[in-house]
Amino acid sequence: MTKYVTKFGSLDSYEKGGIEIINDDPKHYVFSNIFEVANSSKPWEKVAVGKNMEYVIEAIRAQGTSEWRTCAHDEFPTVLDGEVTIELVKLDKPTLAADHPGSVKLKDEPVGKKMGRIVLRRGHQALLPANSAYRFTAKKPGVLILQTIHGDDTIERWADICLS
Amino acid sequence: MTDVKATKPNLQGYKDFSIGGFHFRRDEFFAHITWPTGKHVMSADTFLRALQRDVAWDFFYGTVNFDHVFGTVNHYGNVDMFAGRFNDAYRKAELDHTENFESPVLKQTFEAMLDDWTNASFDPFASPAETDKPFGQKKGSNTSAVTRRRVAAARMVGVPGDEKIRTDKTHPINRMFADVPQDEPEVYPEPGFEKDVAAFSLFAYLSRSDVTWNPSVVSICKASLYCPTTEEYILPIVHGNDRVDWFIQLSDEIVWDVQDRDSGAPRAKVTMKAGDVAAMPADIRHQGYSPKRSMLLVWENADPGLPERISKGLASVHAVQF
Ligand SMILES: [Fe+2]
Repeated sequence: MTKYVTKFGSLDSYEKGGIEIINDDPKHYVFSNIFEVANSSKPWEKVAVGKNMEYVIEAIRAQGTSEWRTCAHDEFPTVLDGEVTIELVKLDKPTLAADHPGSVKLKDEPVGKKMGRIVLRRGHQALLPANSAYRFTAKKPGVLILQTIHGDDTIERWADICLS
Repeated sequence: MTDVKATKPNLQGYKDFSIGGFHFRRDEFFAHITWPTGKHVMSADTFLRALQRDVAWDFFYGTVNFDHVFGTVNHYGNVDMFAGRFNDAYRKAELDHTENFESPVLKQTFEAMLDDWTNASFDPFASPAETDKPFGQKKGSNTSAVTRRRVAAARMVGVPGDEKIRTDKTHPINRMFADVPQDEPEVYPEPGFEKDVAAFSLFAYLSRSDVTWNPSVVSICKASLYCPTTEEYILPIVHGNDRVDWFIQLSDEIVWDVQDRDSGAPRAKVTMKAGDVAAMPADIRHQGYSPKRSMLLVWENADPGLPERISKGLASVHAVQF
């Protein structure tokens, strides 16, 4: 009986696939690897690895404690490597217009009721509810991807991260 | 099912179906399709696997090519059924044929055909290693398998009141994902915030999927949909995009054949390993090959206005310019 081994990637260990072009431009496939991107990112940098009109998926290097952020719509982090703790606070006074895209950094500590805490490990996905404040902590370097909308702090460096 | 045109069972036990100018007949091995300007034969295996996806996905996004000749194009409310439309030789010979139907009307015929042509021991959604062959004379039916409910979270899987996480009782871990950790996240909501403080293990959830090549929604940010799926063997359709779709390979490896959407001419071969991300342009068709059962996050933009903006040239067929 074959013992199957499921291959996930990590910061320390990943293999990158590739594109064999027959009649096209490799840039059209916007091909990158999340672990490679996170390996060359600063902690908590929000680097877009996917973009479909206003929507993005950001690859984020989780390391140390992030700033507090808030967003007018739901966002969804998924941890692909390491362990990340999320703290959530219900803001007494949400600061963003209802249609503000993406998250923004809070200048000060959030004011409001504590909503709770979540600990995510590899493969775990969480909800960051609209109009809450959130902060991530990772004791060791890890990686998460964030389903969100292109915001003020989304970084696009496609030429650096994509096959061409 | 009064609108479905079907015959009595033939010698092999299967009914013939017709809708508009198209006629469908199955025998022990094949689906035979005819239309006013031609005819086509497909393996019953390929045909039923493709038909299953087309029905379950409400004709999906864009084009569902059953193979290089036959398929459907979704116009979201109505649908084209075609033969030879995305095949250069058929187009040049002017033998291609397209008919438009109200989506529920075609769906009803497709559902009836799928149910009648699927035998008891065949599950069109399952990996070929996990189900019997679809061939032979009619023997029973597998209605529960071909009418599976499409999973679609309203906010996120695991949020109270939304789609539930999967357990041993209903969804045993797949043989190829036996090594996937099953721990769930630690969730500590303060009183009153139980509905908003939520998390689940996506990897454990996917390791328990009993279907292949069947994207289902796990989280929604406005029109941005995470539609992960587990893949084994070959995608039973060739998907023609009407917008960019994105792939995030979560585990293992898939190879994609990418062709021109309209002509079918090869454009690229994309090999994706765990952590790889790639966009599939809006003017391609693609088919994936997964040697081991793998986890693929399909990411869709469900904005209903997008296909028209792209077809009119108001939005690019490419995800990003750089
Ligand atoms: Fe596609």
